[in-house]
Order: sequence, then structure tokens, then C-alpha cells
Amino acid sequence: MLDFLLKIFGRDTESSKNVAKERLRLVLVHDRTSVSPQILEALKEDLIKVISDYMEIDEDALEVTFDRSEKSVALVASIPIKKVKRTAAVSKTVS
Amino acid sequence: MGEVIVITSGKGGVGKTTTTANIGTGLATMGYKVVLVDTDIGLRNLDVVLGLENRIVYDIVDVTKGNCKLRQALIKDKRFEGLHLLPAAQTKDKTAVSPEEMKALCAELKRDFDYVIIDCPAGIEQGFKNAIAGAEKAIVVTTPEVSAVRDADRIIGLLEAAELYQPKLIINRLRPKMVKRGDMMSIEDIIDILAVELIGVVPEDEYIVVSTNRGEPAILDPNSRAGQAYRNIARRITGEEVPFLNLEEEEGFMSKLKKIIGLSR
Repeated sequence: MLDFLLKIFGRDTESSKNVAKERLRLVLVHDRTSVSPQILEALKEDLIKVISDYMEIDEDALEVTFDRSEKSVALVASIPIKKVKRTAAVSKTVS
Repeated sequence: MGEVIVITSGKGGVGKTTTTANIGTGLATMGYKVVLVDTDIGLRNLDVVLGLENRIVYDIVDVTKGNCKLRQALIKDKRFEGLHLLPAAQTKDKTAVSPEEMKALCAELKRDFDYVIIDCPAGIEQGFKNAIAGAEKAIVVTTPEVSAVRDADRIIGLLEAAELYQPKLIINRLRPKMVKRGDMMSIEDIIDILAVELIGVVPEDEYIVVSTNRGEPAILDPNSRAGQAYRNIARRITGEEVPFLNLEEEEGFMSKLKKIIGLSR
């Protein structure tokens, strides 16, 4: 009933196509991440490469997952650090 | 040497078979030699949509199992020079044909035909794998609904995994009026989500039901807007550059009258 009244008075601001688009966008993030373990593997390797410039990490214990909630999908990385390099980061920004 | 194109969608009921029938008929009326292959074994329908159901003797399984020669199973459409159908088997299931057999079949067909168009069953299982096995190009059919677009996205991923890159997209059953009032995803919305190239937009058209009732593809009716859209798609498949239909034009008598007397723009 309320929906109907809102429609009559033109207060139903969110058009249903935008609802469809947003729902699709979210569901596709889920779908696409679940079909591509190769991409996750490639991402892991790149992460190791980048982070290794700054700190020594435990590559075997590195974990990258997707944290899915109803409204969003987040990339969560757990990267155990063994040692932090003192010089690497600085020398890199200088050069 | 011809071209093997698979028409697929993931979701059922979005218009794969209607699309196959219309594009095939369109290409045949343009003078090409075309064969339509129904790979929906167990649920064949391309024959009825084309109005050729009474002429089936052998089917695709008979061909792959060697029960008959390929040319014995091909049904020649008497209305259009150059149009042929290889029907699916109705009493078997999808496992009756293997991807290797499909590859060999497509290779044989494209020696004799300009276009080999494969009507893919719904789903992503064996039937889908068979249908795409021998294909060189793919056309994905979707409708402006969340379920169909989601499945199209999955299919595009699976096609690319099977090295069928850059499939073309057909948006079927678009209702311009609903798009206009924001109650249906637009062409741009769908392209934005799926990120593939568009090859055609087919507006919702009641005439499709009538043409399917009669077994005469809508592409033959000069007044059918869906038929016009399919004619354009057929021309684009041959490499011709055809501008997209202006779907906004679709108006009733009253809105035209209002326009004339200046009540609305």
C-alpha cells in the first residue's frame, strides 16, 4: 500500500532498472571471483613480489581470500611477516 | 570454407532457437548456403520453429553414429534456396554425441556451407560443451533481465576458457518504453556489465509468437520489427556495417497525435 502511494506521488526515486543493475554488479563480482582460482594465484604471486621489496614474508602461509557480505565483496590478505627491511623501501623511493 | 557460429545463452527461454532460425533464414535469403544444427538433443525445437518437423528422417545422432550419410540427414528447406537443417535426436540425451564427434561434424559441414549455425541447448553441461566444440565464433543471446544477464556473463567466461574469444551479444526482447521509464536495463547498462561487443538488439514483438505458431521465421515479414532487427544481424554477420535500429521510434497512434498537436515532445 505504501509502495503504491509512493509511486502515485512520484516519490519512488529508485528506478527498478538501477536496482537490477546494482544487484547484478554485486552478484557478478561473486560469480567472477568464484570461477577463477588462477587469477587468485596470479594475484598472490604479484603480492609476494611487491611486498618482498619491503619486508620478508612467509610465502607459504600467505592467504588471500574474498570476504563476501551481503552488500560488498572484499579482498582479504593475511601476510605473516618474518622480517622488515630497514633500507629497501627508502632506497626505492629515492631511486 | 565456411564459418561455424554457435548461438548460446546459458539461460533457457531467452530466444536462442528463434534467433538461430531467423539469422539462418536471413543469411539464406541473402544467397548464402546455410546449415542450422540443432544440438539440443532430447528437447529438439528448431525443426518446429522452422516448420520442418514433418520432414525429419535422420538426425544428428544417426550421423555421428554412422547410421546414415550426412547428406541424408540434412533437410533442405523448400521455401529458401540454400537453407538446411540438421535436426537433433529426440529420444536420446546430450551424451549421445561427444565434443570430438561435433568437431568432426562441423569440419565436414563447413566444407559445403558458407555458414554453419549451431543452436546450443540451455545450461553449461555436456550439451553446451558439444555445441561449442566445433565453433569458431560465438553469439550470446540475453534479455534485459538480471537472471539472463548473469547467465550470459558466466557463458562468456566459459566461452573464453574454451578459447572462443570476443563473443558477440544479442539483446533480445527489449522493451523501449520500459527502458525509457527506467524499469528495464538499457542496451548501455547491459554492455557496461558484460563488456562485449553488440551485434544486435531485437525489440519485443508479438509477431514472434505468430511466426512461431506458423513455423515461418519473423525475418520474412517486412512489418515485424523483430524481423527487421534479425535482418540487420544477418547482414552484420556477413561483415556489413549496418546502423542500429532506432527503437525509440516505436510509438502508438495517440502519442504521434499528441506530438502533432504539440501536447508532448
